[in-house]
Amino acid sequence: MPARGCRRHLAWAAGVLYLLLATPPARAWLEATMSAHMLAQIPLLAALGFVACRLLPERTQDALLDRAGGIVPCVLLATFASSYWMLPRALDEALARGAVEAAKFVSLPVLVGLPLALAWRRLGTLGRGFVWTNFFSMLAVLGWLYIAAPVRVCNSYLVDQQESTGWLMVWIAVLMFVGWLGSLFVGGKGNPASLQSSSSERDAVDTEPTGQAGGT
Amino acid sequence: MSTLVRGLVSTALVVACGTAAFWWGTDGFSAYTAEAARRADILRSPRPVPTVVLEDQDGRRFSLEDYRGRLLAVEFIYTRCMTVCRSLGLAFRQIREAVPPEALERDFALLSISFDPERDDPASLKAYGRNFGADGEHWRLARVRDAGELAALLAAFGVVVISDRFGGFEHNAAIHLVGRDGRLVEISDLDEPLAFAGKVREKL
Repeated sequence: MPARGCRRHLAWAAGVLYLLLATPPARAWLEATMSAHMLAQIPLLAALGFVACRLLPERTQDALLDRAGGIVPCVLLATFASSYWMLPRALDEALARGAVEAAKFVSLPVLVGLPLALAWRRLGTLGRGFVWTNFFSMLAVLGWLYIAAPVRVCNSYLVDQQESTGWLMVWIAVLMFVGWLGSLFVGGKGNPASLQSSSSERDAVDTEPTGQAGGT
Repeated sequence: MSTLVRGLVSTALVVACGTAAFWWGTDGFSAYTAEAARRADILRSPRPVPTVVLEDQDGRRFSLEDYRGRLLAVEFIYTRCMTVCRSLGLAFRQIREAVPPEALERDFALLSISFDPERDDPASLKAYGRNFGADGEHWRLARVRDAGELAALLAAFGVVVISDRFGGFEHNAAIHLVGRDGRLVEISDLDEPLAFAGKVREKL
């Protein structure tokens, strides 16, 4: 757990970043292309929820996790909610309707980042591996669909953006997969133990998923 | 034990709500894109279209209202478009040829509407129409001069137009059928003109 003063700073930074993302210029900028919308704005919103959860006292996090019914429903909730925002239709509707845009800004931190952060500390190597590989495969398959789709999937985006976003998704999935595999081996002297002592605060921040996504 | 039960209940709840959200968000796992959703929505509940003022290839002013009582096929184009609008133009020609000539006289008409009124003046509309064999009567080409009216018309049809990097546009291209009551009743793929013509013949 970060020190108190540090935590306050982080909370401020996260809050400011969130509000900044919600401003019309930032939205216009990040939503101008399909790749920035899907691969920058959406992951950032989820990551903010993750960080915000980590800023809660540890005891509160544990209580929330118990209240929510443990790690399985939390991981499932994050999977459902994040998959929803991968639908091309959801992207289009977020651009066309304010209510959907608002739902995106609320649901990504609250229904993706937060439950994932709650569950993450109690997930063992196997559980984390499951979450990661599930994420990689989803990203790669969707990316491939975007590349191969014979139709334009988003009315709001140019068709060549669809293809470039697809390639970007496949590449990110491959690079992250390689990075994840590497971390298993390299970080790995007595690796399972080191991963399982996961309630240490260092670990909690280090293994934050989108943090590693940026590891390219 | 109670934690196990809570976990199970919670998991079931998440799965149920998640599935319901997907069901609701994809029209029962059928429409994953906004385009598919638009078409399904029109089929379920035909939508009235605004009665905007148009100007055709000969500079004549008219209204969509003038087509009340007739079936009307509508496509959205811009005349400099070399890609998807070409297919639209060819599809329109196929539809016109597949519909009985006597129906064209009284019960069915085609209308190509430009969403680029700045550049698509009557002369360019006329040239465009000539390319595809439009006669200017049963198949007219028109632009909506008022920007506000054009936006309302595109919104009612669910057509999204975005600029590409080369001074042109990309748009969700399709063939729209407006019924006799002036409501948008059906949206078809532009690569299925004959199926569209079949539906028109059924309604004649």
